[in-house]
Amino acid sequence: MQSKPVALKVLDGVTVSLMAVSVYLVLVFAPMEAVMGNVQRVFYYHVAAGWVGMIGFLFAVFAAVMYLWKGDRKWDVMELAGIEVGLIFSFINIVTGSIWARPIWNTWWTWDPRLVTATIMELVYIAYLMLRQGIDDPERRARFGAIYAIVGFLSVPLSFFSIRIWRTIHPVVIGSGDAGAEGSFDMTADMRTVFFFCLITFTFLAVDLLWHRVRLGFLADKVEQLKMQLSS
Amino acid sequence: MGLKAISRDGQPVQTSFLRSMWAVVWKDTTAEFRSRELLSAMLVFSLLVVLIFNFALELNARERQEVTAGVIWVTIAFAGTLGLNRSMAVEKDGNCLDGLLLAPVDRAAIYFGKVISNLLFMLIVMVIILPIYSILYNQNLFVPGLLGTIVLGIIGYVVSGTLLASMSVQTRTRDVLLPILHLPVALPVVIAAVRASAYFLQGQPMDLIWPSINLLIGYNVIFTAAAYMLFDFVVQE
Repeated sequence: MQSKPVALKVLDGVTVSLMAVSVYLVLVFAPMEAVMGNVQRVFYYHVAAGWVGMIGFLFAVFAAVMYLWKGDRKWDVMELAGIEVGLIFSFINIVTGSIWARPIWNTWWTWDPRLVTATIMELVYIAYLMLRQGIDDPERRARFGAIYAIVGFLSVPLSFFSIRIWRTIHPVVIGSGDAGAEGSFDMTADMRTVFFFCLITFTFLAVDLLWHRVRLGFLADKVEQLKMQLSS
Repeated sequence: MGLKAISRDGQPVQTSFLRSMWAVVWKDTTAEFRSRELLSAMLVFSLLVVLIFNFALELNARERQEVTAGVIWVTIAFAGTLGLNRSMAVEKDGNCLDGLLLAPVDRAAIYFGKVISNLLFMLIVMVIILPIYSILYNQNLFVPGLLGTIVLGIIGYVVSGTLLASMSVQTRTRDVLLPILHLPVALPVVIAAVRASAYFLQGQPMDLIWPSINLLIGYNVIFTAAAYMLFDFVVQE
């Protein structure tokens, strides 16, 4: 069995240190938001988790297109890795958002376009995992998985626009927000530093986790091959 | 009809796209009008959905007005799943799909043939269900805009559904899987169609309705193009 590559070990170390620093920055260094208080601190990880979710899904769709184009198994492993990482982080994104919304919007949940879109994205990719589970032949599983990853990816923005026709209350902190948004705020210079630090940290985390998951996928393939050799 | 024409002179000629597409439609409709399995199942199921909604929501005359669009679209979505599943399962069961794929025709023609026959069946069901709904609930549903929305929405539903059904029948969990795969993908259709239908029934001005209609058209165009490109991969063995 090949041992863990040095670059991955280094990346692990960098990611862990960055995460440690980010915890300090978010909980101690970042100034307290005047109106919302401490609960606003969830924002840094909330946005960063959503960001990683998007990286995961975009990576997966790219891999899906590559798989259909080239037919190489490695793209299938990468696609699955992207979707698993995307699913987990989108879920963190939804949960942290809900924690923030309870005191600010006075409800855990509202049928806002962004919230519904996030949920639909989860459901599409859970369906993706169920589709894969129902197919035994690895070649067909990879092919159907890639097709569904692409179809699902096409429908998610359409869901967003279809609900967007109604108004939204979700704050847009970067860029211009809706006039009806509730819980919006302007970032101070320190807040912006922490925010971008968290985004970079989570990008490292995303790459690190994707790498691990892809490596695990390749190893699982190898185990499968060895089992076949033993039984034949 | 259709496909016979190629073998008569013994030439391995590729039939034209439209001819092979219509051959699939003709095959499906002929088989269906002989057995009436799919249509009767969808019809009875739709009636039951309408009936269950009546009791589940305890509707009085005024509330009924407000939920009509929703009830119609739930009926379409569920009955549609039933129909899409069946229409593909029939092909899979007798290995008919393999037969279809052996035919020397463009595979997209097979896909569009299936789409048109599924569309036809769903429209037939709606042609029967809508008047019954009108009578049972004493509400006029013959608003041209509403009917147009229903046709547009059903096209979108069938275009994505046929592609996904052709995948789901090839899995272990087949019938169970289709709604799970299809409903999240068809959600934009349902959202936009319910809104447009409700607005048409309330007689709202068109500039309120256009965004939803445009979204339905956009969905149909995007998913027709995507399915056209992806269907080849579904059936490539």
